[in-house]
Amino acid sequence: MSDHGLAPPSRLRPADLLPVGTVGLRARPVRAGLSALGVAIGIAAIVAVLGITRSSQADLLAQIDLLGTNLLTVVNGRSMEGQEAELPTQAGGMLGRVSGVQHVAPTAQLEGVNLYRTDKVPSFQSGALAVRACDPALLATLDGRVRSGTFLNPATSRYPATVLGHQAARTLGIATLDQPTRVWLGGRWFAVVGILDPFPLAPELDRSALVGFPVARRLLGYAGHPSRIYVRTDVDQTTAVSGLLARTADPQRPEQVQASRPSDALTARVAAKSASTSLFLGLGAVALLVGGIGIANVMVIGVLERRSEIGLRRALGAARGHVAAQFLVESLLLATLGGVAGVAAGTAITAGVASRQQWTVLIPAVAVWGGLAAALAIGAVAGLYPAMRAARQAPTDALRSV
Amino acid sequence: MTSIAPPPPTAPPVGVATPVLELDQVRKVYAGTPPVEPVRGVTLTVTQGELVAVVGPSGSGKTTLLHLMAALDRPTSGVVRVAGQTIGALSDRRVSGLRAHRLGVVFQQFFLIENLSALDNVATGLLYRGLPGAERRRLARQALERVGLGHRLGHRPTALSGGERQRVAIARALVGHPQVVLADEPTGNLDSAASADLVALLQALNRQGVTLVVVTHDHGVAAAMARQVELRDGQVVRDSGGGHP
Repeated sequence: MSDHGLAPPSRLRPADLLPVGTVGLRARPVRAGLSALGVAIGIAAIVAVLGITRSSQADLLAQIDLLGTNLLTVVNGRSMEGQEAELPTQAGGMLGRVSGVQHVAPTAQLEGVNLYRTDKVPSFQSGALAVRACDPALLATLDGRVRSGTFLNPATSRYPATVLGHQAARTLGIATLDQPTRVWLGGRWFAVVGILDPFPLAPELDRSALVGFPVARRLLGYAGHPSRIYVRTDVDQTTAVSGLLARTADPQRPEQVQASRPSDALTARVAAKSASTSLFLGLGAVALLVGGIGIANVMVIGVLERRSEIGLRRALGAARGHVAAQFLVESLLLATLGGVAGVAAGTAITAGVASRQQWTVLIPAVAVWGGLAAALAIGAVAGLYPAMRAARQAPTDALRSV
Repeated sequence: MTSIAPPPPTAPPVGVATPVLELDQVRKVYAGTPPVEPVRGVTLTVTQGELVAVVGPSGSGKTTLLHLMAALDRPTSGVVRVAGQTIGALSDRRVSGLRAHRLGVVFQQFFLIENLSALDNVATGLLYRGLPGAERRRLARQALERVGLGHRLGHRPTALSGGERQRVAIARALVGHPQVVLADEPTGNLDSAASADLVALLQALNRQGVTLVVVTHDHGVAAAMARQVELRDGQVVRDSGGGHP
């Protein structure tokens, strides 16, 4: 009855989907930007939290690696006055014979010996600084570094000479040793021969002035009992050695002796840091959710406002699926825009914080891909309902409503 | 009117009376209390090359009839055949295909997309045929030249006059060389000078072989068409042509 032939079904090229999906965004760029902002904030928060956590953890772990996990300390509890209690005189020598031990460095906190900048400082202003007698081997055992001057040696150990811990030097206001410097230690003048760098694994040394055992015995009343012994072990023997230390140090009262591994405290800090990030991740997720709702809201409004455009497209031959796809793509684009901006902002924040703290910038790949995937998922969910609503709209209603 | 391009190669040979639109006892009822029945048994055939005015007062069912002819709506009963295909039996994809390939529609409100240029608006008329973008724009340029807007390709709709906007909309309807172009009150938003220009354009396009159905309440516009179908209360009360131009 007619020679027109069957009309082919309508078709939208995949390449056209993107430009069609941006028609609404290009018409209202401010609205598009604001609705993408919510998702951007959420993603930025998540990426920054993960990035900063990972960067700081990496820094701590690198520090721990550098310091080594094979350092052990042996103490005998504390006395009633808060001083470190005494260990047997031979403890240091005994520990040195345990197999797997590389270095042993006994130290003794000297009771009642205080440290002042000069003899004019009132005696109660001791600045919470301690005086410890130690062996020249201490520096090698702790793998410490001297900031200026030298460490104690067998010669200076015999004379009134002291090496100040990092914090002790700062408290006393001694920055350099360009001039000959003395401190008032235990009621007499001691020459300062060196200042140490901080010991992250032995912070108690940072607040101490170190003197040699011979001079401590001769002038400061040291009776020969060490109070804290540092032990450096073979790397693969640390756990085994740790179990032997208490019995070896004080065979009579091994239950009072505590052997500990200072690097464990730093490792615990790493764990504590990752625990606190879950709170911030939760906040980021809430921001993301609110951002997604914002996009859904804007899309629903867009569908209502663009009724006539939807009707026109249907009149030009768009099938329901084409209309749905257009709005879904628009929503996905909005969320992706937010996601990309969020990842960029989160990376920038991480880089800023890390460079201030002098950490290596580390952004976990999972944060980047996860952030973008989350944005896409949010866009898909937020766009689904508006897209279906647009597709269901009768073209005749859409064209009449003006 | 400015220059009109020569008819496209797909223009039908004059004198062959192929039906492009066939309506047989078409009724449309909208459910409700009471139900509304804007179209009550319309039988109408439009053949290739015709210039038809469907004229009637507001509420006579003109717009509903246009929506049925444009395959935007399905009849409650009766048969609507567009270019030989009965739309009641077709899936959404197929009916949409019919609209994309066989029909062109012009609206009173123009319905141009504000942030697209005139050229891109016209090219949108081919979007759902799956043609490549360059081909769409090439044909859109031709269509705009055909309606005398070859010098306005890059203008946004807001930079155009009402008459120019309606000509962009006509170019969009023409761009795919459809079997029939349906226009719903095309002069409704135009002043009398622009209306006269538009009617002249429609007549010129018809002389080039474009089949046109113009729905209007304006008897002046209707009188300028070769055939008048008068509609009242959803029924054809007068038909000057009867399907044989």
